[in-house]
Amino acid sequence: MQLTNVINETYEQDMAIIRTKSQWGLLLLLFAILIVLPFFIGPHILSLLNVIAITLIAVHGVNLLLGYVGEITVAQAAFLGVGAYSFPVFMETGMPWVLSMVCATLITGGFGLIFGLPALRVKGFYLLMVTLGAQFIIPWIFSHWKTLTGGLVWGKAVPTISIAGIALDSDFKKYFLFVGMATLMTFILINITRSKLGRALTAIRDNDLAAEAMGINVFRYKLIAFFICSLYAGIAGCMWAVYIEHLFPDQFYLMESVWYIAMIIVGGAGTIMGTIFGTIFILGLSELTVVYGPAFSNLLPFEFAQAASGSLALLIFAIVIALFLIYEPRGLYHRWEQIRHYFRVYPFKY
Amino acid sequence: MNELFDILVGGIAIGSIYGLVAMGFVLIIKASRILNFAQGGMMMFLAYMFWSLMVQFHLPLWVAFPLIFIIAIILGVLTERLLLRPMIGKPLLSVVMMTIALTILWEGIVSLFWQTQTYSMPRFLPGRIVRLGELSISQEYVASFIIVIILSGALSIFFLRTKLGLAMRVIAQDEQAGQALGIRPSTIYMMAWVISFILAAVAGILFASMQSVSYTISNLGLKVFAVVLLGGLDSLVGAIVAGILLGLLESLTAWYIDPIVGGGLRDIAPYIIMVIVLMVRPSGLFGSPRIERV
Repeated sequence: MQLTNVINETYEQDMAIIRTKSQWGLLLLLFAILIVLPFFIGPHILSLLNVIAITLIAVHGVNLLLGYVGEITVAQAAFLGVGAYSFPVFMETGMPWVLSMVCATLITGGFGLIFGLPALRVKGFYLLMVTLGAQFIIPWIFSHWKTLTGGLVWGKAVPTISIAGIALDSDFKKYFLFVGMATLMTFILINITRSKLGRALTAIRDNDLAAEAMGINVFRYKLIAFFICSLYAGIAGCMWAVYIEHLFPDQFYLMESVWYIAMIIVGGAGTIMGTIFGTIFILGLSELTVVYGPAFSNLLPFEFAQAASGSLALLIFAIVIALFLIYEPRGLYHRWEQIRHYFRVYPFKY
Repeated sequence: MNELFDILVGGIAIGSIYGLVAMGFVLIIKASRILNFAQGGMMMFLAYMFWSLMVQFHLPLWVAFPLIFIIAIILGVLTERLLLRPMIGKPLLSVVMMTIALTILWEGIVSLFWQTQTYSMPRFLPGRIVRLGELSISQEYVASFIIVIILSGALSIFFLRTKLGLAMRVIAQDEQAGQALGIRPSTIYMMAWVISFILAAVAGILFASMQSVSYTISNLGLKVFAVVLLGGLDSLVGAIVAGILLGLLESLTAWYIDPIVGGGLRDIAPYIIMVIVLMVRPSGLFGSPRIERV
């Protein structure tokens, strides 16, 4: 939304992401808070923030595909797993960790191309179907290629990495890597969506026939979008490997991919702030059900109590998603914009 | 020879159940263009419900069966009215997400009331082994296969010979033309959901009586995607044929390939086929190819 009291005089001003001094101030304040925060919070919240930062990267990838192209992928968790498993495999060959991360990310992108090529040729639900297949095939490989991944029993240990002589061996040290990476990936995504690529993708989403008539190669751009989506999954996977330190195939099952889509729906598809809102909202909510679930299940009759905390989370999520879809289909971000607009023009109505 | 025969019979029996689930799935796609992720959740819930009626409430079979159908019909109406009706006209993604939310809802309910445990279904199909010379075949498989064939026959008569079936076909082909003829699409959608719930009930109960009542029935709903894609998204015949093909494939994989690769391939074999089908023939074996006009 454009501020009415800001007049752009140059092209640079028009293209700037951050337009006014107060926006700069708020952004710097946000960064200051993000840097100071880990010194004051407990280990529990710190690890929650780490997970949010990692998940955000993966969800950004899904958002590019889902919000900007309109294709659905349910294999993001499996691709995350490809990145996560490739990273320690490359580390074991003696590569430095940065190079391993790059290689792991590229391998994940390659997987994206393999599954995207057949699916994106035809319109419709096909990417959804193929990624559903991928989401079952890839974790099966994780649990059965035991020499490489350790399978379901042993898992795969991830070596500790160190940046500039500081070994990342605690959540506190990892926090800066993850939040920094999430910020960088958000920044890159903002710029992708403003570029020629982003405009082409939006055109395909809004009307693919019209886009094709304008000379946009629909198949190629969709494939590029899926490739970038997989790259994001790969980066998130490397981060996850660094965070969790011990990989098991069950960290990459279908439900994770479904949550990524739920986060976008709750936050608002096709908006970057919305992705951030949705990720924080869903992960925060799941943390709340983990913390307060047992207390709540004690209120129930005994025969339900033992299973209640697990099923409670499922029920709450199902109801939250259904309510959002019916009553707030444009997501939290839309509501946030409306509130901002209300205060900006106050006391007038519009 | 004997062994192979057993594998084939088991595959066909399981596969015909896949076909049944896939039919419910295709029905909803045809009527309202919704990909229903909740089919497996519905099956799981109804199978658990049937188990409860039979075992916990000690109802005789002739009470439990009609009761489970009434429950299925009520659930179908409620699901359509409360959750899917508000989504008419919304983008496909939101509708798909709604059915995923529905799956999660069923899983939550099942894990709340039944604690995700595995139970064995009381035997209600005839379970004797019939011998045909060297070969032996379980009556249970034959009975469930016959039930599936009767149901799909009834369904095709319903579509081809009754007025309501005709109305459903009209809406599936051209919604606006149907409305102009005085057919209410919302009634048709509700019918589609009710039929698909009933099919889910039958499929869930048959599947559970062959194996067991368990939380993993839910995954069947996703396997059906492979069936539907192989058969073609809009073909009821294709659904049954592809269901049987994939059932055969699964039991053959389980017997011949699983020992080599270390198990578990049977569960992902349908998905591998799905990806291959997409590469070779995206409209499936029986589906109509997609033609697009501006």
